[in-house]
Amino acid sequence: MFKDITLGQFFPGNSFIHRLDPRTKILCIIVYIAIIFCIKTFAGYGLLAVFTVACILISKIPFSFVLKGVKPILFFAALTAVFNLFLTDGKVLWSWKFLKITYEGANLAVFMVLRLFFLVLGTSLLTLTTSPIALTDGIERLLSPFKKIGVPAHELAMMMTIALRFVPTLLEETEKIIKAQTARGADFESGNLISRAKAMIPILIPLFISAFRRADDLAVAMECRCYRGGENRTRLYTLKMGVKDFVCWIIIILFTAGIVVTNMFF
Amino acid sequence: MKYLDKNAETIIEIKNLEFSYEDAEKKKSTVLKGINLSIKKGEFLAILGHNGSGKSTLAKHLNAILVPQNGSVAVEGIDTANENALYDIRQRVGMVFQNPDNQLVATIVEEDVAFAPENLGVPETEIRKRVDYALDAVNMSEFSKHAPHMLSGGQKQRIAIAGVLAMKPDVLVMDEPTAMLDPIGRREIIETVKKLNREENITVVMITHFMEEAAQADRVVVMNRGESVMEGTPKEVFAHVEELKKIGLDVPQTTELLYLLKKSGVEIKQDLLTVDECVEEILGRLEKGEVANG
Repeated sequence: MFKDITLGQFFPGNSFIHRLDPRTKILCIIVYIAIIFCIKTFAGYGLLAVFTVACILISKIPFSFVLKGVKPILFFAALTAVFNLFLTDGKVLWSWKFLKITYEGANLAVFMVLRLFFLVLGTSLLTLTTSPIALTDGIERLLSPFKKIGVPAHELAMMMTIALRFVPTLLEETEKIIKAQTARGADFESGNLISRAKAMIPILIPLFISAFRRADDLAVAMECRCYRGGENRTRLYTLKMGVKDFVCWIIIILFTAGIVVTNMFF
Repeated sequence: MKYLDKNAETIIEIKNLEFSYEDAEKKKSTVLKGINLSIKKGEFLAILGHNGSGKSTLAKHLNAILVPQNGSVAVEGIDTANENALYDIRQRVGMVFQNPDNQLVATIVEEDVAFAPENLGVPETEIRKRVDYALDAVNMSEFSKHAPHMLSGGQKQRIAIAGVLAMKPDVLVMDEPTAMLDPIGRREIIETVKKLNREENITVVMITHFMEEAAQADRVVVMNRGESVMEGTPKEVFAHVEELKKIGLDVPQTTELLYLLKKSGVEIKQDLLTVDECVEEILGRLEKGEVANG
């Protein structure tokens, strides 16, 4: 029942993008998102499309796999497009009773859809090429300068790691509880929404109790392994920026420059 | 045999250890009532006892998860009540628990094994060495890049042992490490523990209620209601079949069989623990025609 959930959607590989430092990838994605919202022309989107497709090709992840990530937002994108299309004021292109489409509206609708599309494409490329561990490591290292002002960088990363670690365990447990309750005659499938929600209670309570017990056990086990927070902690794999990261930064700078050019001259 | 070596160095010294707690209704329950025990360097000690005998509480005192309320526990001469030495003690005495799922921290096997040395601030290259050593010691090297939830119970528990071994401990304390495993997993763990004890010279303290496992130890301590009631080699301890049964414990199947044979009038040796020894003894008697009459 829960077997199809692939968390983080990591697609293991050994491409140039896979091997980049997670910090580089996270920062690039932030630049990429900023760029998406700054583009004003279709030429800019053309450049963005070429860049994104090139990245996907380099990552060696099948296009169909990347596009799967876009599917869940199709409805949302369509809704945004419709609202923008009909509710923007400006030069009227077409009208029927109270409905009207304006030039500006059409423009905005297309832009919004493109933005959403590239946003999801870019971020899913990040999670597809970066293992959850590398991702949390990258976030921890990026946030560590802010420790001085009280950002708990290590604790956040530790929490994410443990959460990721326990997702499969708790899913397995949920399945077991559902089977146990079904065996005793619990019915999770019939009835209206409210009675179905109520039927979830006998699943959630044992699950919570067990989660608390696990938390307690894990805390003791971590103490036994000398855990004492992030102070003086070393790592098995220390993140290192290399030549490839430098190359990546140059590409990103050139790309940003290209976008600025399209914004100014087209 | 090494358990006969009375001069072996003591690695953990427990003196008159008492522990009690108050429950929700302020009723005081005493869990440990003055335990005296010295654990020798390099031995394989089994602690037997049924639920509520205080054996898990005793284990938690061995690496300062709990500190004595009365009496003292010293690990290699360091008092566990000394807060400054907390991590020294925990690094020396590794602890493995019942449920392997609740001990693993990371989503990749090698990252999990690296957790303890990372906490200890061991340099990167040394961590790599320790991870490789620990995974090799439990025979799990080929799984270093796997996700723990894809492994079997016995494999997960071996990873938990490796995670502790990466601290290079002198003592391995295991609190019912096989209770949640299937027979195959149980055998994997016992073989691993015996190998570590023999080849790496790690002192092992194993808490269990499986008699067959206790029978493999050098020395057995039997606990009942917070007291140590029997102590000796497995042969010595399991000879007391009736006393063991009285406190709700079983004896290994071989001992049980020999005991029942003796009870029904057959003159037969009582202190045989392995199936092979037992078979040989019974066959020997059969040849003489003694058992047939019994």
